[in-house]
Amino acid sequence: MTNLKPVDVVIVGGGWTGLAMAKELVTRTSLNVVALERGQPRSLADYAMDMDELDYNIRLRMMQNIAEETVTHRHSATDAAVPVRQYGSFHPGTGVGGAGEHWTGMCFRYLPSVFTLRTHLTEKHGAARLPADLAVRDWGVTYDQLEPHYWYAEQMMGVSGKAGNLRGKQIDGGNIFESPRMNEYPTPPLKHSYASHLFEEAARKVGYHPYPTPAANLSQNYTNPDGVSRAACAYCSYCSRFGCMIGAKAQPTNTLLPVLRKHKSFELRTGSWVRRIVHENGRATGVQFTDAEGNEFFQPAETVLLCSFTLNNNRLLFLSKIGMPYDPASGKGTLGRFLTHQVEGGIRIYFDKPLNLFMGAGSLGSRFSDFDGDNNLPGNDGLLRYGMLSMNGNGNLPIGAFGNIPPGEAKSNWGADWKAASLRWNDRATQLNLYGEHMSYRQNYIDLDPTYTDKFGDPLLRFTLDWTEHEHKQRDFAYDLAAKIAPAMGAKIDTRRPSRAKYNVINYQSTHIQGGAVMGASPELSVVNPYLQHWDMPNLWVVGASSFPQTAAGNPTLTVMAVTYWSADALINKYLKHPGRLA
Amino acid sequence: MKRREFLTIPASALGGTLLYTLAREPFRLQAQDGNVKVPLRFFTAAEARVIAAACERIFPSDASGPGAKEAGVVIYIDRQLAGPYGADKYRYTKGPWVESVPEHGYQGKANPRDTYRDGIAKLGANFDELSVADQIARLQSLEKTHFFALLRAHTIEGMFSDPMHGGNAGMIGWQLIGYPGPRMSYKDDVDKHFGEVFRPKPASLEQIMRRPGKPWEDEKV
Repeated sequence: MTNLKPVDVVIVGGGWTGLAMAKELVTRTSLNVVALERGQPRSLADYAMDMDELDYNIRLRMMQNIAEETVTHRHSATDAAVPVRQYGSFHPGTGVGGAGEHWTGMCFRYLPSVFTLRTHLTEKHGAARLPADLAVRDWGVTYDQLEPHYWYAEQMMGVSGKAGNLRGKQIDGGNIFESPRMNEYPTPPLKHSYASHLFEEAARKVGYHPYPTPAANLSQNYTNPDGVSRAACAYCSYCSRFGCMIGAKAQPTNTLLPVLRKHKSFELRTGSWVRRIVHENGRATGVQFTDAEGNEFFQPAETVLLCSFTLNNNRLLFLSKIGMPYDPASGKGTLGRFLTHQVEGGIRIYFDKPLNLFMGAGSLGSRFSDFDGDNNLPGNDGLLRYGMLSMNGNGNLPIGAFGNIPPGEAKSNWGADWKAASLRWNDRATQLNLYGEHMSYRQNYIDLDPTYTDKFGDPLLRFTLDWTEHEHKQRDFAYDLAAKIAPAMGAKIDTRRPSRAKYNVINYQSTHIQGGAVMGASPELSVVNPYLQHWDMPNLWVVGASSFPQTAAGNPTLTVMAVTYWSADALINKYLKHPGRLA
Repeated sequence: MKRREFLTIPASALGGTLLYTLAREPFRLQAQDGNVKVPLRFFTAAEARVIAAACERIFPSDASGPGAKEAGVVIYIDRQLAGPYGADKYRYTKGPWVESVPEHGYQGKANPRDTYRDGIAKLGANFDELSVADQIARLQSLEKTHFFALLRAHTIEGMFSDPMHGGNAGMIGWQLIGYPGPRMSYKDDVDKHFGEVFRPKPASLEQIMRRPGKPWEDEKV
């Protein structure tokens, strides 16, 4: 083990949160900052040659190498866990920019009630009427506190959209159910595709309030407050699971890295796999990492910022023996608690005319939030929270889109009649999508697997996770909404209602795994305080969606960034001036 | 080192387009006699004939249009199996190996190469010589196997992936479904053509970028 020269701040992870923290630190302080990223450098030049569905959308060439590390899964604490051997219901990214390079770019602000969900549901329904296993919590931070940080993140990315609630004033065409915004979006909405245009008209006809999905895919050329310029989206459809070849999709490498590169006080070390946070007497002293050649290093630091993906944030805390692991039997312990995965589901719809679905952009689309949070829900049928229904115009690629046919059109899923039916329905089948809140439950959690290990021999994380009756109700509700929208779009809905299947690790759901190291106002129920400072270790901060006690309906990245900037303010304005516990 | 194996295909079966697909390959096309000889990376010639016949039953060439034969799907599968995918280089392959519930997906130890070798044995060495009805019956008997799931998925991939991967010869699969390939921009078209068929002429990644792509299967295993 080689001891390296001490630095002021070491950051674990070179993705959205790590580079955002680094940028705030090096532009606002004189500290020297090192970020350790286990993957490789990435650049715009890599991405043009990547417009290949097979290698990137199907074989998932941009993702973490699952041969080196994965997670195990079981449905309940009485089952045996087995490894997720191939992706999968989620796709962890790697390399500089992390999953922020291959993401889709949807940028939602959460509803105020998401941040105070325990209080909100208790006030609305009474504690006695909530499911006994419901674990949701208040975050310890409110929407109003985060609003300026949301705006800061939106400007950094140049989010395209239309406000529906500007300082409390409702605006037609935007999301009138959104949390009040102080500013209009930095750039106007993306164009609509034919399908999203049909959806918007249909939703309006049925009486809902559709709006264009807010997107980190730029609708026009844009220069952000840091002076970083990016080009408008070209609607090429090679977006989600790809890096953007023209930089129209906001990615850490095209927004934050250009600023960081100008600062000598910042260093990004790739191929550096952090294995442990080293600590002594309640203080982190630095991190231990292994480079690509297998050499081991100790990087001492005054402050450690753990800014990797939800999975790795949790795993490093477990492996470093920081905090008390959660025990679902006794309810004691906090680390690994509140594991959630956003509730998503597609409902197929079929048209009698072509849709030209091969044109699109990651977040192009339309949706409505009339039933987001618990807007307009009766609440007496056990459906406590719902979400959004959307038409995504992210662009169909030919392998993935082939063979979507209505039930009964072919005898099997191969052969002459299947081929003929698939050709007949090609470009006439698409889907409506549910984006649902996943509430946290006592029985869904993370710990270390007793059997399976990573390439170094360290234990993998183990997920204990299954859907509950509530998520089935959400999917049923989505189907019923879709059944109203589809005919108004001139489409037929697939007659198969959502199955009540158990959680599966095979079909892609989203990469929005959240929780495990959650934030909160008390150390009994959370791992980090509302500023994301570890309760047991004031110079260790754990940043990212690992801190979310439950998921909202919308995709988490924008909120991850807002919370990161909120945390950065506390770190820089309070902690660094008077190091110690902030809450 | 094993003897180099070739798959001999009538050039006419490939819609006369194989020359483009294989243009980057360092071998001499032997089409004088009306046949092209494609060097195989994984299969033996006999195995390739069995798989080609099976793919043709999954995605047949018939009245609804060209199929696996014209697209050269077997060449695609051969290259995938020879590359990192076939060797499970990017799958978690640490034990213990235990069977689990269906929600956990394929948990077997066999990699795609092993699965194909086993599947070819089950199809039978003479599969390509059976009648169409017998071929269909034999595939139906394997429908529930992991091998069949791979074969079906790979057949679709070989029909519609970029030609640099060895299938979709001459972009025949893309022409079949009207997919234009990896175009740089639809900025001027995405919000037009509502309700109408819009089908730009297909172009491959190499044609668009004017340099050859780097397919993953070429990575050293």
